[in-house]
Amino acid sequence: MSKNKTMPIIRIPTPLRPYVNGQGEVPVQGKTVAEVMQDLVTQFPSLRPHLYNSEGQLRPFVNLFLGADNVKELQGLVTPLNETDTLILIPSIAGG
Amino acid sequence: MLPELSHEEILRYSRHLLIPEVGMEGQRKLKASSALVIGAGGLGSPVALYLAAAGVGRLGLVDYDVVDGSNLQRQVVHGTGTVGRPKVESARARLLDLNPDIQVDAFNEPFTSANAMRIAEPFDILVDGTDNFPTRYLSNDVCVLLGKPNVYGSIFRFDGQASVFYAKEGPCYRCLFPEPPPPGLVPSCADAGVLGVLPGTIGTIQATEAIKMLLGIGSPLVGRLLLYNALDMTFEYVKLKKNPNCKICGPHPEVTGLIDYDAFCGVPALRQAQGGVHEEGSAGRDWDITATDLAAKIGRGEKLRLIDVREPHELEISYIAGAELFPLGELASRLPELDSAQEMVVFCKTGTRSRRALEMLVSAGFRKVKNLRGGINAWAEEVDKSLPVY
Repeated sequence: MSKNKTMPIIRIPTPLRPYVNGQGEVPVQGKTVAEVMQDLVTQFPSLRPHLYNSEGQLRPFVNLFLGADNVKELQGLVTPLNETDTLILIPSIAGG
Repeated sequence: MLPELSHEEILRYSRHLLIPEVGMEGQRKLKASSALVIGAGGLGSPVALYLAAAGVGRLGLVDYDVVDGSNLQRQVVHGTGTVGRPKVESARARLLDLNPDIQVDAFNEPFTSANAMRIAEPFDILVDGTDNFPTRYLSNDVCVLLGKPNVYGSIFRFDGQASVFYAKEGPCYRCLFPEPPPPGLVPSCADAGVLGVLPGTIGTIQATEAIKMLLGIGSPLVGRLLLYNALDMTFEYVKLKKNPNCKICGPHPEVTGLIDYDAFCGVPALRQAQGGVHEEGSAGRDWDITATDLAAKIGRGEKLRLIDVREPHELEISYIAGAELFPLGELASRLPELDSAQEMVVFCKTGTRSRRALEMLVSAGFRKVKNLRGGINAWAEEVDKSLPVY
């Protein structure tokens, strides 16, 4: 939880934390959603198969929210991000 | 015409009657209403208890499982005295003790495409407290097709989600999650664990939303997803919109009836794979080894590496002497530490995580590897009875 943010952050849900050394938030580089997601899987290659299919596209169950808005409702993967933004990765969980 | 309340009921519900948003009319509405709770487990327990206490006139419970000792850490509708009994019967007895004025219908069967419409049809609202993806898609589709609200809750370790999926007024579950994750990608609570009180928090939110929907009061979670983290104690909301391409609630639906949800979620492939990882050239090969056979191999002095893919803290519960710890999340990056020429057996708690490890190893070219069927729990039951089952 960095206080002076100079990079966008991706919030990692519990099921995916084992693939990012247990971190809840990962600082990432990039100016768009697509760029920061690529940076995330470059930093943590074992996360890639969980987020992208073999054709290199984001899997349909991966939901990314900027603030309260689904990036699909904004400009999708080209949605611009600034250094204080937090992208929330919302997982599909099924426990009950 | 709403049903009247008896004097006993007026006393029982007096704290509701004092709230103007409920009052006599609202309480009579609840008495006339009905809710179907899918799953009598972690979420279903608080949902059913609070809906029963609130006086929802007719509750349905669907579950085919029996109460297990490991359920009682969170499934508060059951008790030590009902271990071994069907969950719906155990829950029904407790709910009728809490409130004998309601009707409780127990469906001691799996909720499937074959029976879901018949079971759900008479109820005003469904509450999704299931623990697996196929039943979640089924519950959603039943609600969309029957035009009923689906009060959604889901949990994982310390994380919870809740929403009200109501296609008449907002998005459905498929709008948010058009497709399920591949089987095995998201571990179940049985494999990953769950904080016992977490389903209490999320389940009581579901009960709250169900009561609001039945009364028609307040702002329900339609079009909003609640994200809860118990460790950070944070509640956040994100906006959900109807997906114009939704395959069931969009303007041009492809799904117009119930489908095979196990197939949709890839479950048959998973079941088939119990006996053999699906990979070219390996079809039909048995990748499993039983605990008894493994013990015999070790007893014969055969050289093999035992790879424990559980998390480090699980070693405090049980361990097999000589096993090496490779937590599943680290396995991919630690492959260089393994030798494909050497025989290996991977294991976890019950065999689910280790099957993923096995798939990972096979796709990396390993062939002399087997999965301990049933995991260390099977080892504890068949080989080393000094170990606990968890």
